[in-house]
Amino acid sequence: MKCHIGLFSLLLAVGFAPRLLAQENVPPPAKAFATAPEIAYDSVPNFLKLPTGLYLGEGIGVARNSKGDVFVYTRSGEASRLFEFDPKGMFIREIGKGLLGFQMAHAVRVDPQDNIWVVDEGTDMVIKFTSDGRVAMTMGRRPEFGGGLRATPPPNTPPPAAEPYRFGRPTDVAWDAAGNIFISDGYTNSRVVKYDKDGRFIKAIGTKGNGPGQFNTPHSIQTDAKGIVYVADRGNRRIQVLSNDLEVKAVYDNVGTPWALCITPGPHQYLYSSNSNPDNNNSLFNAVSGEIYKMELDGTVLGKFGKAGKQLKEFTTVHAMDCRNENDLLTAEITGWRVQRLTLHPQTQTSSRASR
Amino acid sequence: MKRSVYLFCVLSLCFAAMPLFGQSIPEIAYDSTPNLLKMPDDIYLGEVLGVSTNSKGHIYVYTRTGSVNLTTGTNRVLVRSASRLFEFDQTGKYVREIGQGLYGFVQAHAVRVDAQDNIWVVDEGSNMVIKFDPEGRVLMTMGRKPEAINNPVRPPAPAAAGRGTAFPGDTFNGPSDVAWDAAGDIFVADGSVPSRVAKFDKNGVYIKSWGGRGEAPGQFSSPHSIVVDAKENVYVADRGNKRIQVFDTDGNLKTQYANVGAPWALCITSGPHQYLYSSDSNTGDFENATIYKMELDGTILGKFGAGGKQLKAFGTVHEMDCRKENEVYVGEITNWRVQKLTLHPQKIESSRTAAAK
Repeated sequence: MKCHIGLFSLLLAVGFAPRLLAQENVPPPAKAFATAPEIAYDSVPNFLKLPTGLYLGEGIGVARNSKGDVFVYTRSGEASRLFEFDPKGMFIREIGKGLLGFQMAHAVRVDPQDNIWVVDEGTDMVIKFTSDGRVAMTMGRRPEFGGGLRATPPPNTPPPAAEPYRFGRPTDVAWDAAGNIFISDGYTNSRVVKYDKDGRFIKAIGTKGNGPGQFNTPHSIQTDAKGIVYVADRGNRRIQVLSNDLEVKAVYDNVGTPWALCITPGPHQYLYSSNSNPDNNNSLFNAVSGEIYKMELDGTVLGKFGKAGKQLKEFTTVHAMDCRNENDLLTAEITGWRVQRLTLHPQTQTSSRASR
Repeated sequence: MKRSVYLFCVLSLCFAAMPLFGQSIPEIAYDSTPNLLKMPDDIYLGEVLGVSTNSKGHIYVYTRTGSVNLTTGTNRVLVRSASRLFEFDQTGKYVREIGQGLYGFVQAHAVRVDAQDNIWVVDEGSNMVIKFDPEGRVLMTMGRKPEAINNPVRPPAPAAAGRGTAFPGDTFNGPSDVAWDAAGDIFVADGSVPSRVAKFDKNGVYIKSWGGRGEAPGQFSSPHSIVVDAKENVYVADRGNKRIQVFDTDGNLKTQYANVGAPWALCITSGPHQYLYSSDSNTGDFENATIYKMELDGTILGKFGAGGKQLKAFGTVHEMDCRKENEVYVGEITNWRVQKLTLHPQKIESSRTAAAK
């Protein structure tokens, strides 16, 4: 029995969660699933070229800068790591190896000035790097180690009161044209926080719940050109649209469980939202999740593509998307440990519609 | 029916030895290659949980090395990797490490190589099965590493809760081994708690699972090793119940073999006439370390091995490779090593003859 003692006994306790999940009620498909037209698409095989000996772990964050360089924030063996690739997927470098703030990756985003922002739900930090990889600003603070390992709160323990400058497992970051910073915060705090461009607290909205302006795991956040804020309220299976002052303007509840959002640039912006299959990859959920929706900013669903699975073009829990180009998307997947580059063919969609 | 065919084989081949059956099992003579694996100066094996060869004879070793690291998140304890996968050539020369620092390498349990030379790792700490292509790139992952562990650990639910039923789904809990049938369907022996076999298609899509914890036929108590023969029979080492259970690929129980102790490790030879080896491993003491050679129908042809720390002796054999019938690789937990054993089954005959005299 030697091989079953030690750490394994520790992990047993965790291992019971899957059993519960297996029995969990499978949710209905997204309301828009039946009517949204299919968008044809391809995936580039082996898009990212990693040097020998370097591996991605869970694909958590992916984002492009204005030159098309690709940044991937991944949960790796020792800690989380941030890699940069050129537009063709060739490895360029690692940024911040061993950084104090890198613990449990949650997002990477690139702002309009090509600064690279990392959100880490392990250290509870948001870190801004300049485009050449130097730390320009930190938000939140990694808990000190003093006192040893912290106890895990029992289930249903109310979270501590949210503080202006500390996060509770933050998930994502976005900016408006003035450089104001919006952070979805997070697994424990259930709120959206607005800071000015220098990181000064302005206001916050949200507690845990399912009422308007409440959140149950705000998991992804984006802004459009007008400064309107879109929050993936994952646990409530809805996207909440907030004004720049964080007042609730609208709710889109027709695209399933939004894990990841991205908004395209340009004069006519689109919103993509991923109804990702659960991160335990439970196939029982594959029939009701896995697809990505393309929407107008007003919530009108234009189409959908993709399904759960492990092959090319299929998705293993999409956790982040980049749509700097409307028809050239990047997806980072948790359980498949990969990034896919997708080429959408919306014109094919139109013709197939017409042919019906 | 099949059984009678095999029996006939055995009878005709070893007629003289027949009186020995039921009384004593013939010993198979064997040697072990000294210092098989040549490690670079700064690399050490730890506990060897997995060993497997590919079609070229390259040797893959999945070993527990160093410490598992626990680090703090805000309210969470995160587990970092501590197992390593090494490749050696057929002479034991070190070739390379695959997946150093990989997210899913936590607590090694097995490595197997499929018919296309893809390398599959089973990790019972991360609850993952990871498929690498022959170049060492990740092709597919199955299961998911828990994001964090509770501190203090919450007591597990009573084992009785999971008895008798195989829960469905893709999520593993301490998986132990992986095997494939000719179509590429994947069979995962999944842990002492779920005690199930989970079947997936070649693309990793879950099909079904069977077993569940218990002692009844078809149930398991720690399915610890799994192999599939060329006729699509699935052999499961039901270690806790001290039996090998044989299923078809849909999970229907065909037969069981309960005469080889506690099966820790199984391997099956290639070629037209396949043999099954099963290790009744010791747990670090000097007792009961026996590897049995069997026909697929369960007939025991011979045995070899002894517990101990010297060359040829075993310290908890945890995985075996027997791509070639008389060239068996064993990975040992407590002796931190791999041995390449060369069997001399012809010497059975002579010792038998000697015994008969």
